[in-house]
Amino acid sequence: MFGEWLNTVVQGVLLGGLYGMFAMGLALIWGVMRLVNIAHGDFILLGAYVALVFGETAGLHPLAALPAVVALMFLLGFVLQRAVLNRTLGKGLLPPLLVTFGLSVVVQNLLLQFFSADSKALRAEGLTTASLRLGDALTIGWFPLGVFLAALLMGLGLQFLFARTAFGRALRATSDDQETVQLVGVDEKKMYALAMGLAFAMMALAGVLLGMRTSFSPTDGPANLLFAFEAVVIGGLGSFWGTFAGGILLGVAQSVGFRFDPGWGLLVGHFVFLAVLLFRPEGLFPKTR
Amino acid sequence: MSAATVERATAASRIGAGGAVLLLAAGISLPWWSDAGTMRLAVEFFCFLIMAQMWNLLAGYGGLVSIGQQAYLGLGGYALFALANHAGLNPFLCVPLAGLIAALIAWPTAKLMFRLRGGYFAIGTWAVAEVFRLLLANVSTFGGGSGQSLRAMAAIPRETREPAAYLMALAAAVAAIAVVYLLLRSRHGLALTAIRDSEVAAASQGIDVAFTKFWVYLVSAAGFGVVGALYYMNILRISPNAAFDVNWTAYVIFIVVIGGIGTIEGPIIGTLLFFLLRETLAEFGAWYLIALGLIAVVVMLWFPGGIWGAVSRKFDLHLFPVRRWLRSGK
Repeated sequence: MFGEWLNTVVQGVLLGGLYGMFAMGLALIWGVMRLVNIAHGDFILLGAYVALVFGETAGLHPLAALPAVVALMFLLGFVLQRAVLNRTLGKGLLPPLLVTFGLSVVVQNLLLQFFSADSKALRAEGLTTASLRLGDALTIGWFPLGVFLAALLMGLGLQFLFARTAFGRALRATSDDQETVQLVGVDEKKMYALAMGLAFAMMALAGVLLGMRTSFSPTDGPANLLFAFEAVVIGGLGSFWGTFAGGILLGVAQSVGFRFDPGWGLLVGHFVFLAVLLFRPEGLFPKTR
Repeated sequence: MSAATVERATAASRIGAGGAVLLLAAGISLPWWSDAGTMRLAVEFFCFLIMAQMWNLLAGYGGLVSIGQQAYLGLGGYALFALANHAGLNPFLCVPLAGLIAALIAWPTAKLMFRLRGGYFAIGTWAVAEVFRLLLANVSTFGGGSGQSLRAMAAIPRETREPAAYLMALAAAVAAIAVVYLLLRSRHGLALTAIRDSEVAAASQGIDVAFTKFWVYLVSAAGFGVVGALYYMNILRISPNAAFDVNWTAYVIFIVVIGGIGTIEGPIIGTLLFFLLRETLAEFGAWYLIALGLIAVVVMLWFPGGIWGAVSRKFDLHLFPVRRWLRSGK
């Protein structure tokens, strides 16, 4: 009995790693340019579909296609920010929200048009089914464990980037005061484009891993956005580790909920988000300086 | 030299008022010269018109971009089914009650959601709509995920039911426009317009920004609740996935953005255009939504005032003047 619950929690933690990955991209963009990308979840899904195209046309294993998918998505994010989203900044609340919402509907329906509503999966023979048995009730899949570690590495990478590199310092400075950074020679528009490219690269990785983990269909985008958003709110704005922890908590909540009743899994996750908003609106792990 | 005067009407608005009376007369008489199909389409048109006005009030004036207004549409719809099917109330009486129930549920929801800022508020409202969808999918009394039919309607003969539903929808649409128009012409309207233009400046002038936004959110929820009851009275069957579908709000956002956000005329023009496009392009399926989304993005980026914004700037035309014009005396 205890073993089964432990198993439920561990699976939730591993699932939460993926949510943490979704959430870090959303948090990065918010942190750098105070933009909320409503199409976040749909672009994560687009990453999975790009990998699917590589698999179906060139027969590439999803992990072999990953570098190309990440590069393509980086480029898409960069161009999207440069050509479209930069125009929406500094004009109030409505333009960025409504433009990214429009993009969300466009991407979702383009996916529907080209890939149909049927669910698809990224095939990776053997890799996604092998597991490590740690007792009667507890089994840890190698692949979910790998996803979790990848999310951890993403968090470490972001921390290193922001704390130790010139690019990270420029991003932080742009976030603090976008007018002053121009005085010291930082092109803030380019910074935004690079940050969006980085976020899209992270979303591509998350999307491919999502697609290898479960089947997906074009209408799953909004759910990805909601999970990312809830992880950010649960964790608290302003720290990547808080966001990561928020993702894990959300994953555990959903996993425990599913164990009670399959109809309640997502609801329990939403309830944790609402409870945090009610009792600790600053999030569980807000940045303390 | 006489003192300057403040004008609140325009020539166009006086002519427009005359036109509106004629349109209304034609609208009221429609059940006597039209068929059931037209009436059903008209009910749907009024539903979208009300939603567009209510979302525009919320986002265009209150600065509250909600992607979760389908929550109140669904709740209004389910309120109709609960009260008519299970409590035995007259379905037509349930329509205003559905609005009231939606507003009551919006009360605590607003208190919670207002803790989220800007873009996060938008996604938060969406999450709340999901919560209501999942909750109702788990209630077996309402048929769970597959929903239920409006049995209470069977007791009312068709020749009474259809014109009555149509006239209620017409009345609700007129009321929605009147509420927004009168609200905006009142001193609360000045407060709202100030908040729309700059929240910080409005607060510095002594406007209670949070309180005003709270009331706008409640009014908008009530409007969507009424639409939920009207729409599902027309359709006669409800299910959680259909009633809490985000596409409701998506269509409404596109209508308002393309028609002209932050005006009363914009949502009307947007709704007309939406139905025109839908009747002609509906068979293209996903491409229709792709086109709507792209048009909305282009409008938002390059023509932020939408169609009505461009028209009213070019011709200085105001059918629903909510502004005050200062005219100097001679």
